[in-house]
Amino acid sequence: MAAPQPINVDSLNIYYGDFLAVEDVTVQIEPRSVTALIGPSGCGKSTFLRTLNRMHEVIPGAYAEGTVEIDGENIYHPKVDPVNVRRRVGMVFQKANPFPTMSIRDNVLAGVKLNNRRISKKDADELVETSLKGANLWEEVKDRLDKPGMGLSGGQQQRLCIARTIAVRPEVVLMDEPCSALDPISTLAIEDLIHELKESYTIVIVTHNMQQASRVSDRTGFFNIAGTGKPGHLIEFDDTQKMFTNPENKQTEDYISGRFG
Amino acid sequence: MSTTTSPESTAQAVRPTDERRLPILHLIAMGAVALVLAAVILAVLGTLSVAGVLILGYVLHLVLAYVYSRIREGRRWAADRVMSLAVIGAFAIAMFPLLSLLWEVVIRGGARVVAASPTPFAFWTSDMSGIIGGADAGGVLHATIGTLLITLWASIISIPVGLFTAIFLVEYADTGWRRTLGKGVTFLIDVMTGIPSIVAGLFGLALFLTFMPADDQSMRMGIMGSVALSLLMIPTVVRSSEEMLRLVPMDLREAAYALGVPKWLTIVRVVLRTAIAGLTTGVTLAIARVIGETAPLLLTVGMVTGINWNMFDGRMATLPTFINQQYRSGSATCLNEQVTNPINGEVYACSVSTNIDRAWAAALTLIIIVMVLNVVARLISHYFSPKTGR
Repeated sequence: MAAPQPINVDSLNIYYGDFLAVEDVTVQIEPRSVTALIGPSGCGKSTFLRTLNRMHEVIPGAYAEGTVEIDGENIYHPKVDPVNVRRRVGMVFQKANPFPTMSIRDNVLAGVKLNNRRISKKDADELVETSLKGANLWEEVKDRLDKPGMGLSGGQQQRLCIARTIAVRPEVVLMDEPCSALDPISTLAIEDLIHELKESYTIVIVTHNMQQASRVSDRTGFFNIAGTGKPGHLIEFDDTQKMFTNPENKQTEDYISGRFG
Repeated sequence: MSTTTSPESTAQAVRPTDERRLPILHLIAMGAVALVLAAVILAVLGTLSVAGVLILGYVLHLVLAYVYSRIREGRRWAADRVMSLAVIGAFAIAMFPLLSLLWEVVIRGGARVVAASPTPFAFWTSDMSGIIGGADAGGVLHATIGTLLITLWASIISIPVGLFTAIFLVEYADTGWRRTLGKGVTFLIDVMTGIPSIVAGLFGLALFLTFMPADDQSMRMGIMGSVALSLLMIPTVVRSSEEMLRLVPMDLREAAYALGVPKWLTIVRVVLRTAIAGLTTGVTLAIARVIGETAPLLLTVGMVTGINWNMFDGRMATLPTFINQQYRSGSATCLNEQVTNPINGEVYACSVSTNIDRAWAAALTLIIIVMVLNVVARLISHYFSPKTGR
């Protein structure tokens, strides 16, 4: 594989219909690293995250303007198929959402099977094992792969969703508050996993938990909103350590130190 | 009542009881008293009947139970007693017609179906060819085949149209002109739901008579009936499927999109697959709704005495129209002890009630078909519904 390239976001405006939700984001996301996005609710960090694999436009009337380059290719070029973008940029959601009609095994293979791609039993077994091992779930479920995915605990379901995402071998994994519905132990399991995953994937994570951002990420972006109905902006983007110890912007400092508003 | 608890009983948690609360026996006794009282009152008035005793007894029971409970148990429990009785009463009122209907049909129809005339269960294996007068013979094979074929074709037309409409409404009619179109479609579906079935029958008839090259106003075909029925079936299918598809969480669609699954595959493999249990139930209800339709079929497919497998040529018999025809024929006249079949020369006994019996037996057949369909749908729902267990 060629040397991984950064994700270049250039003057990205994100809309919901007529409403400009996030304005003028320009940022460079390092490959093989963890980038955390923090900020108050409604500031557009999840919206921004969802534009990185063109999931944003799934919502009726939503669209984005500007360029997002992944591997040197602008994913908002008119000729680019969003389906192909999503195969390269996987996503883990806030709420664990395994497919209720599928077994654990089928959930991991969902990316292959739902696309009607053929896969031999041996390759499938191997893919299930490596993906589940990659998501630190293999030991817990290896004896019940044919049981429904919905039977797992919340934390296990979230790791199953991560396994499902890495089974399609994306270059980038987006995580939208992956731990917000989990207890501290499951959260720790996922955070450990994020550390391992950054060896092979570029990870962008949205979180409300600043301790989590400081624990898992290499770089942090702070989004803020001037008021209701105003667009969100990327206020500051820097190394996590610097952001949490010596932020340049007053807003960032206020938010991080809890003196918000 | 003693409030001290012995050491032995502490291990077993005892739910504290309201000491004013009386055992259920009092309520039952009250019911018995009410029934006796009702019987006495009606006997005095000279209008004693089982139904009268039950209805008056129930009303008296409500009053007695309230008064008695008010005195012995207090106001709140009295209200509880009366509401419980009211709920039980409402349930009984809802169940009574159903059970009564099933009972009547099974008793009356069952007798004719299993009767040895000419052979046991011949009712399901013979048709009405050559059955004349009061012949205690004949059956519904032709009508059953007709009903199944016409309903099958109506389903073949309605299920794809209805399902695709529902998919459009839920998955595609979100913005711009599609949204406008979706609203229009929803409005038209609502209007369609209200079409009287006889009008649907006239539509089926007029459609074919207008577009068929042969200008034969008496032309009848099974497919005409299917088209008429599908007019009644489509709105039901659309409505129920739409509800079911909307129930599929957006999360699942997004999960599939995020794996790089195209929209159409997401709809087929995730949305439809997740909703399949509800979809089957909806489709079964739609089928059950049209399988008993009489009016449109009277107009479009008429009635014959023999089996007709061809949907595109000639009249067909169906169970509802058969029931209608037989019941309207009323009692037969038996001039002789026996009736001869003019086609194959068989000789049958004559029975005055034969037409009515056949109507009830055909009704039983129809109910059995609907019940079998329901069971099949239940099985499909059961085996395809999302699993949540460990």
